[in-house]
Amino acid sequence: MQSQQPAKNLNSGQSFSWLLVSPTILILAFFLVLPLLTIAIVSFWDYNEWNFFPAFIFDNYVYLLESPVTWATYLKTLKFTVLTWFFCTIIGFTVAFFLAFHVRSLTWQIALFLACTIPFWTSNIIRMISWIPFLGRNGIANSSLISLGVIDEPLEWLLFSDFAVVLAFVHLYTLFMVVPVFNTMMRIDKTLIEAARDAGASGFQILTNIIIPLSRPGLMIGSIFVVTLVMGDFITVRFMSGGQSASVGRVISNEIALLQYPAAAASAVILLITVLIMIAIMLRFVDIRKEL
Amino acid sequence: MKDVTEKKTTGELTRRSLLKGSAAVAGAAVGSSLVSGFPTVWAQNIKNVTLRQFGTGVSNLNEVAAKVKEDLGFTLEMTALDSDSVTQRAATQPKSFDIADIEYWICKKVWGAGNLQAMDTSKIKNYDKIVGIFRSGKLTPESTIAQGTAPHSVGFTDGPNGKSFASEETGWMTLIPTIYNADTLGIRPDLIGRPIESWTELLNPEFKGKASILDISSIGIMDAAMVCEAMGEVQYGDKGNMTKEEIDKTMAIFTEAKKAGQFRAFWKSFDESVNLMASGEVVIQSMWSPAITAVRSKGIPCVYQPLKEGYRSWGGGIGLSANLSGLELDAAYEYINWYLDGWVGGFLMRQGYYSAVPETSKNYMSEDEWGFWFEGKEAKGDITNPFGQVMEKAGAVRDGGSFYDRMGAVACWNAVMDENKYMVRKWNEFIAA
Repeated sequence: MQSQQPAKNLNSGQSFSWLLVSPTILILAFFLVLPLLTIAIVSFWDYNEWNFFPAFIFDNYVYLLESPVTWATYLKTLKFTVLTWFFCTIIGFTVAFFLAFHVRSLTWQIALFLACTIPFWTSNIIRMISWIPFLGRNGIANSSLISLGVIDEPLEWLLFSDFAVVLAFVHLYTLFMVVPVFNTMMRIDKTLIEAARDAGASGFQILTNIIIPLSRPGLMIGSIFVVTLVMGDFITVRFMSGGQSASVGRVISNEIALLQYPAAAASAVILLITVLIMIAIMLRFVDIRKEL
Repeated sequence: MKDVTEKKTTGELTRRSLLKGSAAVAGAAVGSSLVSGFPTVWAQNIKNVTLRQFGTGVSNLNEVAAKVKEDLGFTLEMTALDSDSVTQRAATQPKSFDIADIEYWICKKVWGAGNLQAMDTSKIKNYDKIVGIFRSGKLTPESTIAQGTAPHSVGFTDGPNGKSFASEETGWMTLIPTIYNADTLGIRPDLIGRPIESWTELLNPEFKGKASILDISSIGIMDAAMVCEAMGEVQYGDKGNMTKEEIDKTMAIFTEAKKAGQFRAFWKSFDESVNLMASGEVVIQSMWSPAITAVRSKGIPCVYQPLKEGYRSWGGGIGLSANLSGLELDAAYEYINWYLDGWVGGFLMRQGYYSAVPETSKNYMSEDEWGFWFEGKEAKGDITNPFGQVMEKAGAVRDGGSFYDRMGAVACWNAVMDENKYMVRKWNEFIAA
């Protein structure tokens, strides 16, 4: 330690800032780090029919990594993630673009933006389940298509299929894309667009050269939301696929239901690592801190 | 009173000390009236008792709790959960309940955890009237015992602190049987339009995209086994305790069917099965008796189809938490005695289940109801359930016939296998396939 006044001031200043951040640190330590550590530790434990007990075994991981089911479920989950992300991005970007650049008055922007959030006033389970009677064999979609003469036989793939799962996901999570993209679009300096137009850029060139690059942080934040939500989901996949598709989240929830906590913990650790890697890769493309 | 309580809390409770204690109290209370065999002092204290019961939706009914309050005076709190959560709670949260209303196969899984205590059958008034299935394992002296986790095989333990199951009646029961039934496939006769006679029909390509099976591995695998055996594809030593090879073969057949698009959906909860059937998404599936009733009460035809290979049966019972002692334990025994006394039995039987002591339930059913539900006779008038809904019109006959016809044709019981872990993995592969 050096000497005299400044150092002392710095010191008290430092401890004061530690004091200020300590609630956050404590909360994160207790409610994030500690549970995660517990999960990591339990993933090495052993279990039987009704109990699990301390041990240090790799069986849970070995089985997990060797089982073809794991690979199949991860593949399926990734497929859901990519499809959902794709549609959420297209729709989310379009909606945000419309709100930010086509709606001129701030009042209307706010009003329409709030309108987007109305479905979110109900629980997402309800929003998801309401698709079931709509898409069913004798549901509204099929009966209207039949009465319109578009199809003769009900479309079986509308419900209890991968289509239904992705549809529900897109419906549930598009707003998570709209909000951050809209937010970044609102910060784009409108003079940039005018300048581009003056310089003779077409609408498409403005979109690809100015708006998309400048919306990247929003797109990335939205993508992180959508990807993490879909990767961790278990209930949507179960309901919309009629229990016929597996996802990583469902495997974990099944293992918990069967009291195989260490196996569930191992699956959770692997899922966490996978998602962290995915996010790390996504952050390579955009430096969110710099651009916000 | 104090004397008695102290003796009980020592944990060294023997029948003798309890009887001595009761005798002392009874002696002290000479001349006062007795309420269901217990001295008044107890009957008054018991009003402050609250027992927490949890179990599956089938028998955790608020009507039962209300009637307990009325008849016995104490409070019964009910929590209804699905089979998986019930297992979880019985195994991992012993402090969260006083009474566990669980199935026998769940009992096989969780008894080893030591969260339940054995029950003294000498304190069960109607013990001798409990049907044979739960005691010797035989419905009638001539019956053969079905495969799987037959209730009597996990119904008894060696003594008050027994950890393993006894093979015959020992006087110490793990669960007091309360409710049971014979399960089969449910069908929509209007959408099928021809007679269904065998379990094989579940995988009949005719019902491609219109079949369903339940996604609770330990029960689903049994339905799957009934189908594979009926198809002649797999011969089982014991469907309730399959070898790895038998599990592989069974799941291979079902995986193939799944990939071919045989199944519309898998269901996990009662409501899902009702919705699948009522909406016409599915025309043939594994189903539970009250789900059939629920579909029918919407005015949609649905039959609990008896099949020539027999039924897959299940039984549930009440287990006492190891934490129960003293007055609470006495209240729990009173509750059990009341449970077997007939009112609940009648209540459950009028929904299509069977009671462990049918002869007491008879007192709480009309002759017509008894004839329809138990004896398989034609209904003389409309048959209503305890909630007042008309279940069957006059002239109807119960699917599958009488109690002895149905329970006598049980092919296997819901079970937990030695290869349970392996089976669960295979089942998950099937779901993920």
